[in-house]
Amino acid sequence: MNSAEAYITGSCIIRHHGIWLNGALLWEADRSMELQEWLRAGYDRFSGQYPKFHKMDALSKLGWLAAEVLLKHAPVQALSPETVGMVLSNRSGSLDTDIRYYATVKDIASPALFVYTLPNIVMGEICIRHGFKGENIFFVSENFDAELMSSYPAQLLATTPLQACLCGWVEVMGDDYEVALFLLEQTPRGMAQRATAGALNELYKMSK
Amino acid sequence: MADLKKQIIEQLNLQEVTPESISNDEPLFKEGLGLDSIDALELIVLLQQHYNIRIANPEQGPEIFYSIRSMAEFIVAQQTAKA
Repeated sequence: MNSAEAYITGSCIIRHHGIWLNGALLWEADRSMELQEWLRAGYDRFSGQYPKFHKMDALSKLGWLAAEVLLKHAPVQALSPETVGMVLSNRSGSLDTDIRYYATVKDIASPALFVYTLPNIVMGEICIRHGFKGENIFFVSENFDAELMSSYPAQLLATTPLQACLCGWVEVMGDDYEVALFLLEQTPRGMAQRATAGALNELYKMSK
Repeated sequence: MADLKKQIIEQLNLQEVTPESISNDEPLFKEGLGLDSIDALELIVLLQQHYNIRIANPEQGPEIFYSIRSMAEFIVAQQTAKA
């Protein structure tokens, strides 16, 4: 597959209780905060007015928050909904929520947790928020696969009606979490760089 | 009804809602609190957990969960029938 026609037009990294937008530290909070507490603080700082956020599991909150930050000033909202897609991946699938859900089963199974026992739900939450209706897929792999995350979206951009594709890594298991979300587009703009595996890897490792 | 409002806020994780902001008579779904189908299932769980009430006929759901008042009246009626 060939990534020549795709460009990275934005990136958002979330790790160590910090958020990096396009390589620059945007916000950092006390690392002693519980993950849910930190997510609430991030929501209050960068969004608000979206009560459904509080019902999401940690995986969806992380992906949703990264998309909120990444797309705030990105012109993808001007594209038609069917032309914005998503390719995400992680290591643990929805296991973090699966375990929490399983713990409720011995009493009364929680419907609110059950609906998050699939990893691709995070993509649904992002699509609902931004109105995206393009093709999407979720992969499970041991580590962030820069080769896959450059070639697969590039192929979609080259062979389908997609003009923009969110791609990357949204992982959470207990207190360990990491998000690396990238916006890939057909047309370069701003400080865009070609969406090669090397470029994605460089952005991914920047705040490690 | 004040206790019921607090229980609903906790059960449905309505973090930006206060008991005082919930009307007794406004519809809980679509308008009013804007609850959805998953919230409806959580309300059924709430009745089981807090009041040991099971809804025998699912078709009664829209009527029972129309508003805070209709839920409270249903709970009182069930408790009276059990007593």
